[in-house]
Amino acid sequence: MNDQPIVDAFPHWQRFAADLPADRVVWSEVLPGGAHWSWRLSRGTALRFAALDDRANCSVVLYAAHDPLERYNLPDSLKAQHTAHYTRGHTLMSDMGRALASFTHDTLGWHDPFGGLLDSARMAQKYGEHRYEVHRNAMYRSGRDGLLVEIGKHGLTARDLIAPVNLFSRVTVDANGRFVFDDQRKTAGASVELRCDMDVIVAVSTAPHPLDPRPGYQPGKVGIAAWKSGAAPADDYCRGFRPECARALHNADVFALA
Amino acid sequence: MNTLKESPLDVATAVARHRLPAGEPWLAEVKRGQTVRIVDLEGNQAADILFYNRHDPAEHYDAAGTMLAEGGIYLSTGSVLRSNAGNPLLTIVADTCGRHDTLGGACAAESNTVRYALQKKFMHSCRDNYLLAMANADVGLTKRDLVPNVNFFMNVPVTPEGGLEFADGVSGPGKYVELHAEMDVWMLVSNCPQLNNPCNAYNPTPVEFVFWDPA
Repeated sequence: MNDQPIVDAFPHWQRFAADLPADRVVWSEVLPGGAHWSWRLSRGTALRFAALDDRANCSVVLYAAHDPLERYNLPDSLKAQHTAHYTRGHTLMSDMGRALASFTHDTLGWHDPFGGLLDSARMAQKYGEHRYEVHRNAMYRSGRDGLLVEIGKHGLTARDLIAPVNLFSRVTVDANGRFVFDDQRKTAGASVELRCDMDVIVAVSTAPHPLDPRPGYQPGKVGIAAWKSGAAPADDYCRGFRPECARALHNADVFALA
Repeated sequence: MNTLKESPLDVATAVARHRLPAGEPWLAEVKRGQTVRIVDLEGNQAADILFYNRHDPAEHYDAAGTMLAEGGIYLSTGSVLRSNAGNPLLTIVADTCGRHDTLGGACAAESNTVRYALQKKFMHSCRDNYLLAMANADVGLTKRDLVPNVNFFMNVPVTPEGGLEFADGVSGPGKYVELHAEMDVWMLVSNCPQLNNPCNAYNPTPVEFVFWDPA
């Protein structure tokens, strides 16, 4: 056979997710800090996200591929699971009561659901302006603008932009309800996995978390590998995590019969 | 952190009053400069409310953007409700309750199947209310515009361990919150019919809206 691959896809995943089953990995990417990308993925595909530097943040939004009017719902997901953070076992639920994706792997134990998105005004105020004309591809791009670009590719607009899940970031809430961003967390080497429980559109931005108080625009790189995990089995960890997760996954299973 | 503040406005000078029965929807306009007071008539009733730019329904209340600008999860006196374009929609100018929830969202047939039991599907819900009010009003609002809402009079604290609790006890009969409209807005209300949650003692009750024109 031919030793030379006929496309220039690079097997990044072998460096940051070497434990994945090689025969089921479909592709991988390395997103620089501040970048954005999107995919349409089938039920039974999983995305492994690996923080390749400290200060990584990856904002993720999810829409059902068959009808993007069905989308990740922050309040429904939090209240159903009585949680204000995400980790292994949690499910990201749509407004239609179905599991869009589930956390099947996590080395950090806390990912931020409060849905902060950096916008351009806040970004310029914090880090100064770095526009293309001067800085070329080292320009700064906010999480909001990055996600608007990506969801725009799927016909969605600012009207449709939802609160994201901020992977790798940790935000606690004090007794007065105020946000406290964990700026001591070292993310390099951490990984988390989302299994798609429906056919979904996933858009991501690797711009900084808007509450990150650290000076300087230094968003970390994030490696992403997609692999065929299969749909949630009967003895799935997430199914057993809470009865609410089991019901959301059941609702997704029923939908998949169609 | 004391954010309790009574309003100087007198109900006798109000231009409109509307009693919204338990469990019902309502879509109303609040004009720029007007003040609207929402009264929890019998206590611990959740008023699930969304706001839209009256002239551009694509501009809606943004829970995440509002929380980010406020630096925390509760709304009370001084809080500015912001849109997805970053604009102030309304400012809370008085509050005898102390905090209002930004995280709990609205109940729905579908989410009730997940939260409580699959057979809870056919109970009345806030999202049914919203959809019906939008369909009847026919002003360009659709399911697409059903974003995370404010729950006035609800108390949903987050624990230091990252848990979410549905508590109560901050509201009571006659307590109110008052908002000043910074632009012409649609106010989409579901007076929550939720019967699965102990927050309202399984007894949804009416709320009242009182409107004042600019002084």
